Amino acid sequence: MMPRVMPLSGDPPRSRVLAVVLIVIMVGLAFAPFLFPGAKPLNVAAKVCIFIALAASYDLLLGYTGVVSFAHTMFYGVGSYGVAIALYSLGARWDAIGLGLAIALPLAALLAFAIGLFSLRVQTIFFAMITLAVASAFLVLASQLSWLTGGEDGRSFRVPELLQPGTVFVPRDVLGVAVTGRTLTYYLVFVSCALLFLLLLRVVNSPFGRVLQAIRENPFRAEALGYRIVIHRTLANVLAAVVAAAVGALNALWLRYTGPDTALSFNIMLDILLIVVIGGMGTMYGAIIGGTLFVLAQNYLQALMGTVSAAAGEAGLPLLPSLFHPDRWLLWLGILFIASVYFFPSGIVGKLRGGSG
Amino acid sequence: MSAQDGATDAGAALPKAQADFLPLLLPLLVAIAGYLGMWCQSFPQLPSSSTWVTLTIAGLAMGMMIFIMASGLTLIFGLMDVLNFGHGAFIAIGAYLATLVLLPLGGWMQADSIWLNLAAVVPAVIVAMAGTAVLGLAFERVVIAPVYGQHLKQILITMGGMIVAEQILYALFGPQQIPLPLPTSLRGSFQIGEAAIEKYRVVCVVAGLVVFLSMLAILNRTRIGLLIRAGVENTEMVEALGYRITRLFVGVFMAGSALAGLGGVMWGLYREQVNAAMGGELLVLVFIVVIIGGLGSVTGCFIGALLVALATNYAGFLVPKLALVTDIALMVAVLLWRPRGLYPVTSR
Repeated sequence: MMPRVMPLSGDPPRSRVLAVVLIVIMVGLAFAPFLFPGAKPLNVAAKVCIFIALAASYDLLLGYTGVVSFAHTMFYGVGSYGVAIALYSLGARWDAIGLGLAIALPLAALLAFAIGLFSLRVQTIFFAMITLAVASAFLVLASQLSWLTGGEDGRSFRVPELLQPGTVFVPRDVLGVAVTGRTLTYYLVFVSCALLFLLLLRVVNSPFGRVLQAIRENPFRAEALGYRIVIHRTLANVLAAVVAAAVGALNALWLRYTGPDTALSFNIMLDILLIVVIGGMGTMYGAIIGGTLFVLAQNYLQALMGTVSAAAGEAGLPLLPSLFHPDRWLLWLGILFIASVYFFPSGIVGKLRGGSG
Repeated sequence: MSAQDGATDAGAALPKAQADFLPLLLPLLVAIAGYLGMWCQSFPQLPSSSTWVTLTIAGLAMGMMIFIMASGLTLIFGLMDVLNFGHGAFIAIGAYLATLVLLPLGGWMQADSIWLNLAAVVPAVIVAMAGTAVLGLAFERVVIAPVYGQHLKQILITMGGMIVAEQILYALFGPQQIPLPLPTSLRGSFQIGEAAIEKYRVVCVVAGLVVFLSMLAILNRTRIGLLIRAGVENTEMVEALGYRITRLFVGVFMAGSALAGLGGVMWGLYREQVNAAMGGELLVLVFIVVIIGGLGSVTGCFIGALLVALATNYAGFLVPKLALVTDIALMVAVLLWRPRGLYPVTSR
């Protein structure tokens, strides 16, 4: 294969509708602090950014490499906890963030390397089971080693002054909004996530990414052509893990808190799976669409479910109130998940591309 | 991935399975290691052997319950090449179905008569097993059948099935834990010398042994077992010889689900409470056991379950924090020794 020098990925959306939707989402996220003022919308926007990057890194594994990992939140948690513990113990300093990253990213890479070498040799199904086991052990460890991680309560910490909400850069309103440290943090999250996404898009369209896809389609043929399956899969796993850890660190900075529920819980793993599957496996752009839809739905649909549940309760219908209870959100997600695996294996992006050529 | 290293030594007349007894010694080894560990802690005195006996029996009982849950999963994987992430759901469903019978019969459970107790427990077990078997049938036909041979989709879909089942349990039974007290005649313990042995643990050990031995007998002594073993080796060949492998699949899937249900009932009684999250929690343990045993092997699964349970119990006594990672450590150790598990049966 001739190595082509391309500054960009050379992988356009390839669908007019898709391109328009992507542009709308990007513009919305880029100007979120000014378009949607208020604490909650900004929170949702930051979460969208974080989930897009996280889901994209997972797509590298699920969509491009064709392996199912259940340990992705573990790496996300490693990054989250790395920054959280460093900031908690060293105080609100920039070098603490650096130190946290300097420990967390290599640790994530090392863990991913070990798990990959260990379990990707045999078969991918092994990998799924082993990552599930390791991730659940890690979750238990994080909630038990309370001297380090704060246990179930997690760690709340202060971020450097520049990023604190109290720091006001432009006291007068810019389009009706004051620019504070919170805005700066949002842009830190947004730019970092955008860069990570572009990096991943570049990787999957590189010769390395092509080999990954070849292995996904036909491992034996790829191996016969001289590509070492284990090495490629393990490298993909390591790369995905490092990106996930970086995203985890961003999440910790945004929330100023890290705990088992926000960084390690199995629900996040399911969310990522769902985003990637619904958005479209093996498309990268699917992460943007899936992530946006998912986070919006999570934040606004649950309220709707609560209304439906209450209405059904008043109407005296049996069972419906408990089925539509906001806590049963996962039930509908799960059904949607199964349905999308059956009926839209290529997800929304695949549908859009198929629809308009 | 398909057959690659299934070739065995050619030339041997009628290759007879080589007896491989080494893994059988492992549980013994772990038990001795546990004793030595307790000795280290109480050095220079000998450790109290009654504590060791209690721990060992507890480990065996837990191991048997895990084995009952895991055996179904390993058989299903061996025969159909399906890794059912929804297996945990059947465990939880079994336990919930049992509460449906046991809670209305609470009076019989608390009565001081073994017959009344049995009159409550036996129907509960039957309902749980029959219910999970029927659900297993539906799950296999509706959810898994369309994705045979596609590992990625299988994992995703069965995982989705697991989530949906768990949420439906929450919706039907509410999010709270349901207490499930042991029947009176199974409470309390036998006193053997210094050691106190809980009656229910003995029941678990016996039940586990019965399941294990009858599975071995069915697999090795009956025609169905022969077909199942042949199906594990080479599905297409069995089909070519004129057997309907699909029926076999369905049967094994139902049996495996029923075993998961039985395990769920036993676990619920052991913990004396039932909640919907138990399926997911146990699934991880079951996976570790199945991996240690070698995907598809019943004997390996049995040994793996005992190993994991014994090690967890000793470690929980000696260094409680360590008990959190013993399963993983054990799995890593076994896989370093035998990368495909203790008894890898499938050629896949």
